[in-house]
Amino acid sequence: MATAESLRTALVGDNSVRAFDVERVRADFPVLRQSVHGKPLVYLDSGASAQKPTAVLEAMDEVYRSCYANVHRGAYYFSQHLTDRYEGVRAKVARFLNAASDQEIVFTRNVTEAINLVAHSFGDKLAAGDEVIISEMEHHANIVPWQLLRDRRGITLKVVPVAEDGSFRLDAYESMLGPKTRLVALTHVSNVLGTVTPMKEIIRLAHKAGVPVLVDGAQAVVHGKVDVRDLDADFYAFTGHKLYGPTAIGVLYGKAELLKAMPPFLGGGDMIRTVSFAETTYADPPHRFEAGTPPIVEAIGLGAAIDYVNAIGQDAIAAHEAGLLAHATERLSQVKGLTIIGTAKEKAAIISFVLDGIHPHDIGTIVDREGVAIRVGHHCAQPLMERFGVPATARASMGLYNTPGEIDVLAKALEKVKDIFG
Amino acid sequence: MDDLLRDLYQEVILDHGKHPRNHRHPPGANHQARGYNPLCGDQVTIYLETDAGGRIADVAFEGKGCAISIASASMMTEVLRGKTEAEARRLFEVFHRLCTEDGFDLEQVEIADREALERLQVLSGVRAFPVRVKCATLAWHAMTAALDGEAATTTE
Repeated sequence: MATAESLRTALVGDNSVRAFDVERVRADFPVLRQSVHGKPLVYLDSGASAQKPTAVLEAMDEVYRSCYANVHRGAYYFSQHLTDRYEGVRAKVARFLNAASDQEIVFTRNVTEAINLVAHSFGDKLAAGDEVIISEMEHHANIVPWQLLRDRRGITLKVVPVAEDGSFRLDAYESMLGPKTRLVALTHVSNVLGTVTPMKEIIRLAHKAGVPVLVDGAQAVVHGKVDVRDLDADFYAFTGHKLYGPTAIGVLYGKAELLKAMPPFLGGGDMIRTVSFAETTYADPPHRFEAGTPPIVEAIGLGAAIDYVNAIGQDAIAAHEAGLLAHATERLSQVKGLTIIGTAKEKAAIISFVLDGIHPHDIGTIVDREGVAIRVGHHCAQPLMERFGVPATARASMGLYNTPGEIDVLAKALEKVKDIFG
Repeated sequence: MDDLLRDLYQEVILDHGKHPRNHRHPPGANHQARGYNPLCGDQVTIYLETDAGGRIADVAFEGKGCAISIASASMMTEVLRGKTEAEARRLFEVFHRLCTEDGFDLEQVEIADREALERLQVLSGVRAFPVRVKCATLAWHAMTAALDGEAATTTE
């Protein structure tokens, strides 16, 4: 009889929905066997941070136990060995995004750091009156760095509005692109609304105006295949911990010619070629942007997470999540008094909602007692909360290990919330 | 419903949450401060009117938030009227212990207005929900900030 492991090996690259067995996937995530308040854990907060499969935990553990050393420094075996593996993950990430070259992959701590890097190294050459376009559905990580740049350089921030159903207003965006636009920085998938923005068209229009585009892909790489060359993205950022990998490892993809023209962000070891007190010269990208000892073991963990996701198949994951989203949308819509915020046609498996007369924080506390973990609050997107006239929402964000049955547990828990509040 | 939830969402709290008392902006207010809980976006503005003798002649609030934060603000406005500044601060001190200390016994505390604290005791269910303590104390932090002459405070 085939074991789970051999089954998966046999199906590598298969990518069919048939190949996707959610129970087998769940067995790979030890934390999903936990109980909370005596109830089985129903984890619906992967949009904030996803759980980790055994393969990731073991890969990181193995490095610490068997071959740990610093990278890019040692003449000795372990340092060389781990440097090769660390750089090997860079190559793996390049393939994952279909980048043209490994040199276009910069390791960061997270998406926030990646965006700050661009805001400094690309943004600091901007001048007063230059314009950067963002949108109303951005995470604070893609708002605040540009406001800081505005304070440093006097640039103007233009904000693309969000339509009532949560979709991106392509018409408004197009009218904002002008002769002073220097950069477009937009999310690929809204962390609150689940909206998938029409990124290929966004980028086409920007390039027509001669403007580069930075894409916040924190939520997007998790839910389906991203091809930076097909998109023609100039910068693309994502993070490991939402992709079933560890925290503190993020990625900035940047087109080679753009990265080459950019000065360093942080200064220190590892990012230099030569240092003297008179003059220091900098390493080429990507190392120019990686000052200090990098998150070595976290990078190995990210590599394992990418292998894990690839082994299942990103299309299979997307199909599974589309099914979950459809079920959740239907099931939650049946809860009287519940309104879903964000009903765009193109959505990832994220549902924000409010309940009539009941604050999301109270919802979060009560469903937690049923073992259900959802995010409640402003989701680091306060301008978007204001846009929809709510102080906060409750959000269920799904991952490859969630089941329709778990959505039913959430729906039942919401009925209990309503019982308590009468 | 489990007991902890029943303790947290008692009828009195749900009632104050839905029908908050003193939810208004008094024209004679001479102290005010905004309290903000960045975790959940709750915000309340507390208005105090102190008289020449330093007593709180009127206290009210405006704001939006969860059932716990609104109920707590509402109940606070009911117990603070007529108190001196020092009495109001002392009430918060004991109320804070009520919300955070397991096995806290009201009987063993020196307090002028024991009846006020007995009324506030319904909020002690937050003890079992540490992240909700900030909801219960938000209005009180704002009240203290108003007395201190600060414009705003956060629960962070």
